[in-house]
Amino acid sequence: MTIDLKTVKHISKLSRISIDDNKAKKLSDDLNSIFKFIEKLEELDTEKIEPLTSIAETNLKLRKDEIKSKNIREDILKNSPEDSKDFFVVPKVVE
Amino acid sequence: MSNIIDLKLFELVEKIKKKEISSTEIAKAFIDRSQKSKKLNSYITENFENALQKAKQFDEKPDFNKKLPGIPLAVKDLFCTKNIRTTAGSKILENFIPTYESTVTQNILNEGGIIIGKLNCDEFAMGSSNETSYFGNVQNPIYENLVPGGSSGGSSSALAAKLTPVTIGTDTGGSIRQPASFTGTVGLKPTYGSCSRYGIVAFASSLDQAGPMTQNVKDCALMLEVISSYDNKDSTSVDFKRGQYLKDLNENIKGKKIGIPKQYRVDGMPKEIDELWKKGMKIIEDNGGEIIEINLPNTNYALPTYYIVAPAEASSNLARYDGVKYGFRSKGENLIDMYEKTRSEGFGDEVKRRIMIGTYVLSSGYYDAYYLKAQKVRRLIKNDFDEAYNKVDAILTPSTPSSAFKIGEKTNDPVSMYLNDIFTVPINLAGLPAISIPAGHDKSGYPLGLQVIGKAFDEQNILNIAYSIEKNINFKNNINDWWIN
Repeated sequence: MTIDLKTVKHISKLSRISIDDNKAKKLSDDLNSIFKFIEKLEELDTEKIEPLTSIAETNLKLRKDEIKSKNIREDILKNSPEDSKDFFVVPKVVE
Repeated sequence: MSNIIDLKLFELVEKIKKKEISSTEIAKAFIDRSQKSKKLNSYITENFENALQKAKQFDEKPDFNKKLPGIPLAVKDLFCTKNIRTTAGSKILENFIPTYESTVTQNILNEGGIIIGKLNCDEFAMGSSNETSYFGNVQNPIYENLVPGGSSGGSSSALAAKLTPVTIGTDTGGSIRQPASFTGTVGLKPTYGSCSRYGIVAFASSLDQAGPMTQNVKDCALMLEVISSYDNKDSTSVDFKRGQYLKDLNENIKGKKIGIPKQYRVDGMPKEIDELWKKGMKIIEDNGGEIIEINLPNTNYALPTYYIVAPAEASSNLARYDGVKYGFRSKGENLIDMYEKTRSEGFGDEVKRRIMIGTYVLSSGYYDAYYLKAQKVRRLIKNDFDEAYNKVDAILTPSTPSSAFKIGEKTNDPVSMYLNDIFTVPINLAGLPAISIPAGHDKSGYPLGLQVIGKAFDEQNILNIAYSIEKNINFKNNINDWWIN
């Protein structure tokens, strides 16, 4: 399995990270050496093994559906790069 | 009176309770030394003035029933601290000021601790040398231009240089234990579920754990008592009866069965590390413990598994940094363009690399081959430990396959950097507790560590074994303050 420039561009699109052509080449080399290393796992037969999704393996506790945080509008907006009154502002989405 | 900065945490606590020393005096001593130590670049954000005020308040109205009465300390900049900037070592959070407190730092505040600053770390805790931080490299106080380990590199550096009496880090694949080993200090990664993850900037949620970094095992036991708690704000927090780790700390390891995994004897490991390991085994035997060879056959698959699981979780966790609700934003022609430029300019190279690995292994057509496969191998790795623990009470290994390396030595080859964590990563995958303690030096005089791995929730046992080894080894750090003119 090799990760070519086209694949790097595709992954960068999915990741929402723009990558210029210079960086894409270096990234493709890095990813190839990392995936070569990762593909060692193919040696193992895991056909009958259950995947381990969570180490805690506890049942999630139920809790009452109630509001715990009140009047935190200012707190929520405090770190926003751009806001107006009670809203986050983003570039125009609908023409 | 002996120099304040040379006192251990438990000594500071005793002296403050006996009123031999004030919180203000302690805070001033560590802040003064921190100010003289800017060359180490251990801090990202200083909170000195505020801390001195808090120390003064403590002295005016002291509460000696607390576990950390008026004790100043700095913490890794991955813990959200209310009204104190929290960056995770990233440009994307350069100006982020949390409006809430992480549970772990809240526990420290509740016990009388005072935060004097936020310590440097690899960006989003992704790194093994602190070289991925947006805020620059950190120096290891052991020697100039040596890495302090990572990702908790600012923490290990500040601790070894005595800029803080103790600190806390986070450990996803070795980020507490490896820097502790590189700086001649003690670092403990608790069992997954022991310390709350609430308010810790997330990297890989099924692996991340906070833990203490200290000068000695006794301080480590005390800090673990402070930070470990059940927390309903973290759905993976485990509600078990926490020990009185300090009170129950003892060096009696008679009859303990300690496993030695032969798979940890890796090719090219320096002779000094093998000798150190043997020294550890001998100490255990001399103190009435029994050494038993064990088999962890899937050890070699741990790193490849980790480099699927951790980036996969990271790619999902870091999707939140989109330039909308908080953090850095770049200008874009439209919404998508803004996202892509924000993330491209806001994240560093290692973080982008890992987001892309994670995105790829989770993408349509590759999920089964990579992510599902890795989760299955993760089960095999956990089974190895379960099997071993039928025969032994704990496991002894080296902490790292080498001592600290030079700044810049491994930055061009991500895989060689990843190999640093070969002895620590399997423990995170299995969710187990492990402690690294300083145990000797290599031929350059750089510190080397031994790791004691325990059964889940058996922190007391590994603390006791580490305590016993520590007493017998009598390790001394050789630090000559080279960074202070």
